[in-house]
Amino acid sequence: MYAVEMHGITKQFKNVLANSNVELMVKRGEIHSLLGENGAGKSTLMNILYGMYAPTSGQIIVQGQPVVIENPLKAISLGIAMVHQHFMLIEPLTVAENVVLGYEPKKRGCFDMKKAVEEVNTLADQYGLHVDAHEKVENLSVGTKQRVEILKALYRKADILILDEPTAVLTPQEVSDLFRVLRKLKESGKTIIIITHKLKETLELADTVTVLRKGQVISSLPVTKEMDQAQLAELMVGRIVSLETEKKPVPGEHEVVMALQNATLTRDKRNLLDDVNLEIRSGEILGIAGVEGNGQTELIDVLTGLQRLTGGHVVLGGKQLPAHRITPRFMLEAHVGHIPEDRGKRGFVPGFTIAENIVLGYHRNKPFAKHGIINRKARDEFANRVAKQYDVRMDSINDTVGSLSGGNQQKVIIGRVFAQDPRVIIAAQPTRGVDIGAIEYIHSELVKMRDAGKAVLLISADLDELMRLSDKIAVLYDGRIVDRRDASEYDERTLGALMTGHTPESMEKEVKQA
Amino acid sequence: MTQKTQKKGFSLEKLTQNTVFLSVISLILSLLVAGLVMMIAGYSPIEGYSAMFTGAFGSVDNIAQTLGTATPLIFAGLAMAFAARGGMFNIGIEGQIIAGAMPAALVGAYCSGLPWFIHVPLCFVAGMIGGGLWAMLAGFLKNKLRVSEVILTIMLNYVMQYLAEYLANYQFKAEGMLVRTETILPSAELPTLIPYSRLTTGIFVALAFAVFVWWFLSRTTPGYQMRAIAQNPYAAEAGGINIARMNLLTMFLSGALAGMGGAVEVMGVHHYFIVNMTSGYGFDGVAIAVMGNNTPLGTVISALIFGALRAGSTSMNRMTSIPGEFIQVLQALVIIFVSTPGIVRALLRRRSFKKNDQKKGA
Repeated sequence: MYAVEMHGITKQFKNVLANSNVELMVKRGEIHSLLGENGAGKSTLMNILYGMYAPTSGQIIVQGQPVVIENPLKAISLGIAMVHQHFMLIEPLTVAENVVLGYEPKKRGCFDMKKAVEEVNTLADQYGLHVDAHEKVENLSVGTKQRVEILKALYRKADILILDEPTAVLTPQEVSDLFRVLRKLKESGKTIIIITHKLKETLELADTVTVLRKGQVISSLPVTKEMDQAQLAELMVGRIVSLETEKKPVPGEHEVVMALQNATLTRDKRNLLDDVNLEIRSGEILGIAGVEGNGQTELIDVLTGLQRLTGGHVVLGGKQLPAHRITPRFMLEAHVGHIPEDRGKRGFVPGFTIAENIVLGYHRNKPFAKHGIINRKARDEFANRVAKQYDVRMDSINDTVGSLSGGNQQKVIIGRVFAQDPRVIIAAQPTRGVDIGAIEYIHSELVKMRDAGKAVLLISADLDELMRLSDKIAVLYDGRIVDRRDASEYDERTLGALMTGHTPESMEKEVKQA
Repeated sequence: MTQKTQKKGFSLEKLTQNTVFLSVISLILSLLVAGLVMMIAGYSPIEGYSAMFTGAFGSVDNIAQTLGTATPLIFAGLAMAFAARGGMFNIGIEGQIIAGAMPAALVGAYCSGLPWFIHVPLCFVAGMIGGGLWAMLAGFLKNKLRVSEVILTIMLNYVMQYLAEYLANYQFKAEGMLVRTETILPSAELPTLIPYSRLTTGIFVALAFAVFVWWFLSRTTPGYQMRAIAQNPYAAEAGGINIARMNLLTMFLSGALAGMGGAVEVMGVHHYFIVNMTSGYGFDGVAIAVMGNNTPLGTVISALIFGALRAGSTSMNRMTSIPGEFIQVLQALVIIFVSTPGIVRALLRRRSFKKNDQKKGA
C-alpha cells in the first residue's frame, strides 16, 4: 500500500526542465530517501507534493485517492507536512505558540495557552521530542528548532512528513537524535520522505531510496545491507566517483607561514575570538571544526583582513603585522588567498562575467590592468586559461557567474585564488552546496596545493571533509580553541562532543562513568 | 495549441525583461494616461500633443530648442547614472549644478586676458571641481557619520541654493535689478550653433562626456571597482576594494558631471550665474537616468526626450489654452511607470491572458 504515488510528474520552469516524467512510489510507514545532487529536482518534486508548485503535467495519488494539491493548505489537509531547510518559525514566539499557529486551541473564542502547552507536551513525550514549550524559539539551538518544526507537523496530524536536507545544519549528536526520532515516527506508522544528497545517511536510515539525476528518476530500490556508498554515488552522479582523497604526508620541514598570537576580537563586550593561537604551516592542511557561529566567520575575517583584531597579533612570514596596515588588499597582496564561506556574499559579483569575477581582488595587477586601464585581452586570455584548467563548465567567459551552477561558481573562485600563487589559502566551506563531482575535484585540488607546499586553513561544517583532508584539526568553541591534535587522533564522536562544548576532561569522565 | 500560446507568453515574459522595451512602453503609457487626464480636465489631448510636437520638432528653431534644453539634462542624467552605477543615490544634482555654475561664471568673468582655448577649459575645470567637491562632501559625511547619502544630498541642495543666492546678492552681484553675477568674457563663451537659440557647442561637450562615462565604467579599474561595489559590496570588500574611498571618488565624479552641466549652461545660454537658473534640471536628471537604465547611451536618449518635452511644453503653453503643467504630469507618469516595471509587466500580462482566454473560448 502506498502513501504517496506520483506518476509522470513533469515540471517546466521558464527554461529549465526541473522534473521530467518522474515516478515516485512511497510505501506507507517507510522512510524514503530522495537522493540526488543539487539541481537534480528533489526539492521541486517535493514542493509539488506540498502544493508550492503546480506540476506542468502528471498525477498525484495520496493514500489511494487521486488528488490535486493547489496549495500547502490542501497538502496539510491531506496529512502532508514539510520541514523546510530554512525553518518557518516565528522567532519571538514560544515553542507552543509556534506549534499551534493556525490551528490554535480556543476557549470561549480566545487562544487557550494552557491547552496549547499541554498538547505540545503530550506530543513531545509521545515521540521523544524534548523541548520546553514555554521557551522562545529565538533562544533555541538549530537542532531544537528542527524538533519544533517536526512537532508542528505532527500537531497538524501529518501522516506524511517531508524533510528537506534535515541534517545539513546539525552536529553529529543532533543527527543521531534526529534519526532516533524519525525511527520512532516510523514505528508509529508515519511515512517519512527525506530529501538528501548524503549517501551515508541514506544507507543508515532509509528503507527505500529513489535516485534523481537531472530531473529524472534513475533508480528506485530498497536499501539493503549489501548496498554501499560507491554504488549510490555512481547512480547519483552517473559515473564512478572516488570518495577517498589520495593524501600522503608532505616530507620536509613545515615552517609556520601564518599565525595568530593571543588573537582576541571583541564586539559589544563579547569576545567573538578569545585568545586564539593558531599556526598555519606550509605543506599542511589545518582543519577548523566547530558548530557555525562559534567564531569561524571572525577567524576568516581577521586572517583575510576584513576585520581587525582588538587584541593580539596576526603573524605573516614570521613578522607581526601592525594592526593599522591590515586591510583585505594588504592580505591579497601578501598572497593570502581567500575562498569565502558564503560565496554568494563574499565570493563574487553575480552580474559580472566570469572573466570579470576571475580577476576580482587581483584586478589592479599587471597584466589585467595598467595605469588603471583594463587590458581586456590579457584578462580574457587568463580567464579562458583558468576556466579551462579548473574545469568550469560554461558557454563563454562572458557569461555572468550568476548563471553558473554552484559547483562551477566555486570552481571560478578556486581558480581565481589558486592561479595567483598563494602562500596561504584560507578555504572556508569550499564544497558547500557543490555537487559530488565538483567536491571530488575541489578536494584533490586542495590536497595538490598542500603538496606543493602551500599552507592551508580549512574551515568546514562537514566533518567528513575535515577528517579526510586535514593533517591537524583544531576545535573552535565559543571563540576559543578548545582542543587540537593530529587529525588521525579524532573520530567523529569526539569531534562532535568537543564542538558542542564538552571539554576533553569532561569526556574522559563520561567514559569512566560508563 | 496550448504549447503555442505558452511559447508566446514566454517570449512576452522575455520582452518585459528588456529594459529598452520597458522604457518605450512606459513612455507610451505615460502619454496615454496624461492624455486621459487632459481629457478629464476638459482639454483636447490631440490639440495639446500636436502643439507639443510642433514646439519640439516643428522647425529648425524648435529642434535647436529641444537639443539646447537637452544639453544640461544630459549632464544631469549622466551624473545620476554614474553615481547609481557606483552604488550611490545622488539626489543632490540640482545643488551640484549650482555648485558648478557659480565658479564657472566667476572664472569666466574675472580671469581676463586668456585665449578662448584656455579660458573655456578653465571654466569647465572650475565647474567640475565646484560640483565635484560639493557632491564629495555628501560622500565624506556618509563615510564619517554613516548617514544615507540620499538624505545628505537632498539637504545639501538647499544649502547650495541659498549659498549661491547669497553670493549672487552680495559678494559677486552685478550692476542692475537682477540677482546675478557679472557677465562672462567673450573668451569664455560657448558659441551658439543656431542664432538666438539655446543650442551651443555645449551639446558636443555633453556627448563627449557620455562617451567618457561609458569608457570609464567599462574600461578602467576604478570603473570596475565602482560597479562591483554597486552590485555586491561584500564581495568587493573581500576583493580588496576600499569602499569608503571609492564612494568619495564616485561622488566627486558624479558631482563633476553635474557641475559641467552648470558650467555649460552658464557659458552657452545665460553668460552669467543667475538665481533659479537650474529650474529643476537636477531632479529631471533622476528620471532621465532611471529611464535610460543608468547607461550612458540610454541617458543621452532619454535626456533628448525630456528636452523635447520641456521645449514642447513651452509652446503648448503659448499656442493652446492647455497649461504647460501637463508636461510635468507627463514626466511624473514616466517616472512612475519606468521605476515600477511591475506595473507595465502586469498590464501586458493581463492583456495576453485575455487574448489566450478568447482563443480558448473560440
